[in-house]
Amino acid sequence: MKAFALSLAATMLATPMLAMPLAARTIMVAPGASDQETLQTALIDAKPGDTVRLAAGRYALVDGVSLDVAGVTISGAGPGKTILDFTGQKGEGEGLLITSNNVVIRDLAVENAKGNGIKSKGSDGISFVNLRVEWTGGPKSTNGAYGVYPVSSKHVLIDKVFVKGASDAGIYVGQSQQIIVRNSRAEGNVAGIEIENSYDADVHHNVATGNTGGLLVFDLPDLPQQGGHAIRLFRNKIIANNHPNFAAPGNIVASVPPGTGVMVMANRDVHVFDNDIKDNAGNGVMIVAYQSAFTDKSYNPLARAIAVHGNRYAGNGGKPGFPGGAEIAGAMGGALPPVMWDGVIGYAPPTGGERAADGGVVIGDGPAFTLGLVMQGVPTTAARPALLATATALPLLPPRIVLPAAQEARAAR
Amino acid sequence: MKRLVAAALLALGAAPAPTVNTARLLAADAAPRLADYGLFADAEGRVPAPGVTLYTLNTPLFSDYAEKFRYVWLPPGKPATYTATGVLEFPVGAVIVKTFAYPADFRAPDKDVRLVETRLLVRRASGWVPLSYVWNAAGTDAVLQRAGVRLPVQFIDARGAARALDYAVPNTNQCKQCHQQGTIATPIGPTAANMNDGAQLQRWAAAGRLTGLPDTLPRLARWDDAAEPVAARARAYLEVNCGHCHSRAGFASNSGLYLQADEPVPAHQGINKRPVAAGRGSGGRSFSIVPGQPDASILLHRMQSSEPGVMMPQFGRTVAHDEGVALVRAYIESLPN
Repeated sequence: MKAFALSLAATMLATPMLAMPLAARTIMVAPGASDQETLQTALIDAKPGDTVRLAAGRYALVDGVSLDVAGVTISGAGPGKTILDFTGQKGEGEGLLITSNNVVIRDLAVENAKGNGIKSKGSDGISFVNLRVEWTGGPKSTNGAYGVYPVSSKHVLIDKVFVKGASDAGIYVGQSQQIIVRNSRAEGNVAGIEIENSYDADVHHNVATGNTGGLLVFDLPDLPQQGGHAIRLFRNKIIANNHPNFAAPGNIVASVPPGTGVMVMANRDVHVFDNDIKDNAGNGVMIVAYQSAFTDKSYNPLARAIAVHGNRYAGNGGKPGFPGGAEIAGAMGGALPPVMWDGVIGYAPPTGGERAADGGVVIGDGPAFTLGLVMQGVPTTAARPALLATATALPLLPPRIVLPAAQEARAAR
Repeated sequence: MKRLVAAALLALGAAPAPTVNTARLLAADAAPRLADYGLFADAEGRVPAPGVTLYTLNTPLFSDYAEKFRYVWLPPGKPATYTATGVLEFPVGAVIVKTFAYPADFRAPDKDVRLVETRLLVRRASGWVPLSYVWNAAGTDAVLQRAGVRLPVQFIDARGAARALDYAVPNTNQCKQCHQQGTIATPIGPTAANMNDGAQLQRWAAAGRLTGLPDTLPRLARWDDAAEPVAARARAYLEVNCGHCHSRAGFASNSGLYLQADEPVPAHQGINKRPVAAGRGSGGRSFSIVPGQPDASILLHRMQSSEPGVMMPQFGRTVAHDEGVALVRAYIESLPN
């Protein structure tokens, strides 16, 4: 065995090229007469380790483009310089689609995609770095749904990404695990940043402003991954998210009232702390159960084990947009206290009986109030608002998310 | 076209030697020209080479009204193996061939037929590999096209109306997007259920092209057979046109909408199911399927649309399939409220 190991080592020394991956190449792409074919061909030809480098300029794309090769970096000359322009897009549900592992997409812009801006599906190790995704005609319900959209993915990094104009969520992470969203800015979308049906996420040092809702953490039924949990929202600036809701009705975000800073719905172990939450006309922080009827036996509609603490509030709650909100604000002295919980602590599962929340809602800052709805499905018009006491004992934070060092290193370049 | 094929086969005589170039098919790099594989006896791709067998499906995928001619090539002495669910198991070296074509006038479908592209799924040892070859304007040569291309197509439809569309040849990644289930690529059409017309599978078995055929066979409804129940026809149509993505292992697994004809859970069939990531594709409607109310159903809205970001499937068609829409409308109307 030892002799075999030695001979193997000697072989590797003698032929280093066989022991290592082929030298990484850089495939250069420049804008021209046939951008669609040029860019798509480069993305098909790329081999693991390669970089597809897009020179500065505007690329006129007439269909979606996609990458299905692992270990590839797509990089531009900067989000103001390399622009993938989908204004003339004729087909596909995304501008750029990634379906492979260990991919970095960085330093470019995606404009006016007909569906979503940039999507990754089933990708392990996906990094979105220094990007701009924008619908340039302003907020419209005909804009694409999501700006940056990793779904069913693992080890997700979103860093220094700017999204404007999405008719659903600017930054949307769905059914994913091990997630960091940081240093990003979501402006003028329906939802700024949304973490949905996901596990283990850190959302920090972002700015969400001018959206209908700033930061959302949701869990929905009937999906392959549900039971969202272990989410930390911290050191974000969540400012003046008062835009009229322009989502197409039917989507869950269409029910988000304008003026919502942070909204946590049907999740477990969500911590909201050390954020600046200002000038949101409805709720600074809203903690609620999923409100619709459901038939999914494995779904838990409750928000439980939620902690809100150490946030700085100012100017929130002056003009709530949800039904009955104005009346409640009137009863509470003209403005809503910054933190609102619906007070739902139980639900009737489709299998029968009743089930109680496995974990409470702890507010360490506030002021906070409850709607006292008690059971899932009770409408807000039946609210019995009451102030909540401030908690002094806070639950332990979920652990910090640490992505693989190699992923962070590739994103830092 | 079918008559042309039959006549040409007769002219070729009985049991000539195979001309299919199996080594070229199994080589790691794709051939630049379709002709390199020897799958057709003529340069125009109308006459399959000996051993390349035409087959049909009960319910086909809608592809912008293109006529489609499906063939399978099996290496000599290597039959496919029957499976009750999913596609038949094909041996290494098998090729599934699909040619997309437009007659100038669908009221005379055998005349002036223009071939647009021929797609191959090649079963290599490493798995299935998708390839697309686009025919030149003269229809004399088809060359490899990996990045996709748009081709203007004109025809007179079955009702006599002039139609023009921007036919889209898929790029390699799009091929994989539809054909991927979990981590592997697979054919979609040739399942026992969809090939079961009462005679075809038996013919394959008798000719030694299929082993393990049982007496009792599953059967997928014909979408266009008015004698069959509307629900069976519509769910067959949805399985074939949507189910390759909308399955638990498909590209749209995250939607929770699973359109296999035998999906048991009503919510996963779309019944009273809320959208997840439909965005503006919802068209302002709240549920995928509202029983009895087709015009309140997102699923029908997205089938009717031909706008990117709204339409479903996301690619593979550029115009709505009016007849398919009518069938699914009738199905939703028939569902008890």
